[in-house]
Amino acid sequence: MKPILVEIIISNKPQARDPEGETITRDLIHKEGYDTIRNVRTSKLLTMEVDAENEEKACDLTVKMCNDLRLYNPVAHTFSVRAGR
Amino acid sequence: MKVAIIQFPGSNCDKDTLHVLSSIPKVNATLIWHNEFDDDSFDAAILPGGFSFGDHLRAGAIAAHSSAMQTIRQMAATGKPILGICNGFQILIEAGLLPGALLRNASLRFVCKWTNLNVESTDTAFTCNFEGSARVRMPIAHNEGRFFSDDTLLTTLEKNKQIVMRYSDENPTGTLDDIVAISNVDANVVGMMPHPERASSSFLGGTDGLKVFQSMVEWVQ
Repeated sequence: MKPILVEIIISNKPQARDPEGETITRDLIHKEGYDTIRNVRTSKLLTMEVDAENEEKACDLTVKMCNDLRLYNPVAHTFSVRAGR
Repeated sequence: MKVAIIQFPGSNCDKDTLHVLSSIPKVNATLIWHNEFDDDSFDAAILPGGFSFGDHLRAGAIAAHSSAMQTIRQMAATGKPILGICNGFQILIEAGLLPGALLRNASLRFVCKWTNLNVESTDTAFTCNFEGSARVRMPIAHNEGRFFSDDTLLTTLEKNKQIVMRYSDENPTGTLDDIVAISNVDANVVGMMPHPERASSSFLGGTDGLKVFQSMVEWVQ
């Protein structure tokens, strides 16, 4: 069975300022004239291989792991999981 | 009293803390490697500053799963004093022993400087020896010290007097409501970003930090 590739993206909640995203927006993107691009937010991306029957089960297991092991801090972060890219 | 100073891979303020504790009467402090800490005969424990597990994933997130934290959790539940300094504070938050989150400083810089602080609560195991509303000086040295919580949690912290210290003038990290130290509801578990062990000798620039450790002794007696 070939492992399924899964990605976890951990981001600050909208209420938590993301100073790195703000700096990229202000001091790079807008400074160089890309005014129509706004509100850059940075995230942490984790990629992994998961042994599972299908993508749905791989994602379910990954979500459970994120919650069990507190891969994100629920006070400040949100996370999303996607498979098969 | 027996005090355990827990060493994680990447701790770097463990020996400074031991040095300061060794100068305080009635304290018998010991350095203990994290996964060997299963002795509940200690009266208090300190999680020192540093960069446990290289700050990978998030500062404190991996150390929070160390077996040492089982013992820390048991000690906390029985009312024993537990102090997290800097990275130790981050570990206590990631282990769920203290609420909230510590995010990257708003300046995106590692900030290392002396700061002025207000002691907001003298009801805790690590501040009971301070005068009420004391203004003190201690240094900070961290990259992730921007406390964050939602409004509901912030209101709860204020209501329960869990906010232990705030910056008194400049807020160098963008931390929410100037918060630099909080406690649990029972006030025996305290996390603080400033380094009291670096403010425990006039030779190093100040002695206000000594009272943090002296409070612990007073609390236990």
